Amino acid sequence: MKYIIAVIKPHKLDPVREALTALGVSGMTVTEVKGFGRQKGQTEIYRGAEYETNMVPKVKIEIACATDQAPAVIEAIQHAAETGAIGDGKIFEFELAGALRIRTGDTNETAL
Amino acid sequence: MSKTLKFIGAAGATLFAALPAFAQEAAEAVADGAAAATAAVAEGPIKAPTVEQMATMVDKGDTTWMLISSALVLLMSIPALALFYGGLVRTKNMLSLLMQVFMIVSVAALVWVTYGYSLAFTSGGPFIGGLSKAFLAGVSTTTYAATFSNNVYIPEYAFVIFQMTFACITPALIVGAFAERIKFTPLMIFTVLWLTFAYFPIAHMVWYWAGPDFLVDAPTDVGFLWGKAALDFAGGTVVHINAGIAGLVGCLIIGKRVGFGKEATPPHSLTMTMIGASLLWVGWFGFNAGSNLESNGIAALAFMNTFVATAAAAVAWCIIEQLHHGKPSLLGAVTGAVAGLVAITPASGFAAPMTSILLGFVASAVCYLFVAVVKNKLKYDDTLDVFGVHGIGGIVGAIGTAIVADPALGGQGWIDYTVFPAVPGEYVMVDQLISQLWAVGTTVLWTGLVSAVLFYGLKFTLGLRPTEEAEREGLDLSSHGERAYNY
Repeated sequence: MKYIIAVIKPHKLDPVREALTALGVSGMTVTEVKGFGRQKGQTEIYRGAEYETNMVPKVKIEIACATDQAPAVIEAIQHAAETGAIGDGKIFEFELAGALRIRTGDTNETAL
Repeated sequence: MSKTLKFIGAAGATLFAALPAFAQEAAEAVADGAAAATAAVAEGPIKAPTVEQMATMVDKGDTTWMLISSALVLLMSIPALALFYGGLVRTKNMLSLLMQVFMIVSVAALVWVTYGYSLAFTSGGPFIGGLSKAFLAGVSTTTYAATFSNNVYIPEYAFVIFQMTFACITPALIVGAFAERIKFTPLMIFTVLWLTFAYFPIAHMVWYWAGPDFLVDAPTDVGFLWGKAALDFAGGTVVHINAGIAGLVGCLIIGKRVGFGKEATPPHSLTMTMIGASLLWVGWFGFNAGSNLESNGIAALAFMNTFVATAAAAVAWCIIEQLHHGKPSLLGAVTGAVAGLVAITPASGFAAPMTSILLGFVASAVCYLFVAVVKNKLKYDDTLDVFGVHGIGGIVGAIGTAIVADPALGGQGWIDYTVFPAVPGEYVMVDQLISQLWAVGTTVLWTGLVSAVLFYGLKFTLGLRPTEEAEREGLDLSSHGERAYNY
């Protein structure tokens, strides 16, 4: 099993979700986050006083999936979240040691 | 006519003031000689009417308008000013701003009825009134205040209430200059002392006069700046220059915030600021149109001018920002609007709608210069731009009034109350400019001096600033033990 974390632009959440649903991914966890990478921050101006904000708002998506499904998931996210501009985000892939559905006690891939 | 006899007003009825105390005493004095006057109501205007005659000269429409206007002006301070200011500070200081404004209003109201009204609006001298109406002595449901028209009166209580709301908002305006770094109790003490030594004298100097039916017999019973023929329809000098200068002096004496210029201090909620600024605009109709004291065409004119000058100033600020930074901002739009409101205040009943728009444009540009350029260059920490908007906007408005009031430009000119009944006076723009400069200069010097003495006095006794730790924690918790937001 694989655990995939993607940090993407907030307005790309819906396209990514649609692409993953089409692949049969049945669940995900979404968090609003802030961070920075190569994309530089924004300048805010209040009555002439300028502030550099270097933390940019992003959305973090976390997905658990079967190992053989992982390449398709990663490709789908990349495809759906891409705008071509700096700040499109990153995708991280982890080995997942186990999973358990609390209600039924199902484990591993049956729990996904 | 000599300069000192040149008393202003606008066609038919304008300017601010009313002198019930005097009116009543004078009325009694003349009552003997005019014993037959009661019967003369139908025969024409009555010079120096008696109290009984005044009672027949009160219009319910005027009274209604003054009571509504008073409530609108209270709305300007709470919640409008509190939200406008509160939104501009950091989350940790939001509640302290709300609290400061709310309590200044409450304290000022009590000071006003205790001795403020008497000091401002009774006869005394050119610089301050007397104490004959302390604790509202002599004010009753059957006493009246003069308006700007011969033989038109409003109930004195309505006048006391209307003026009370002005005394409430003016000290509240000042706190924006040293927001996020002032101790609460010394601020309340400052409020009482500043009202006493700065606001009441300036209000007396600008607005006190014997009233249209009594001035003929008492031509020297006027405030110092009224006698200089200064025009101030709704308080450009008394309220805005007064508060703007006090704010500047305050922020210089109190010093900069901890971390000023190093830490980012962006507004925590421009939503609140927009709500506050919009409510200020609404309330300002009571402030300006209510200052006419009568519900008539001049009141409608002041209403119109207040609307369009503000709109023009908001548009101007956005255009300047678009050119300067490439983006128009909401904060810029509402700041421009407030600058326009401030600038049109002294001119609201004198200007024409089209000249009001020009005044709004000019005020917006000049205030932008001070708020966005001069302040950043000189590095003083006028946190919410009380000086840049109210002080500078007030000065632009006071001087601009001399221009827009000119009947040659569609203005209302001034009314000569030294004859009975009053007639329009001959308008000379240069003379009027000099009068306006007298008002600006006197207010700046007087309030600057008084404010400096009071701030230094408090600084070296009770202290004005919280500890650095308290300031870093935020005044909400360190001064009041509460947070504005719990979530």
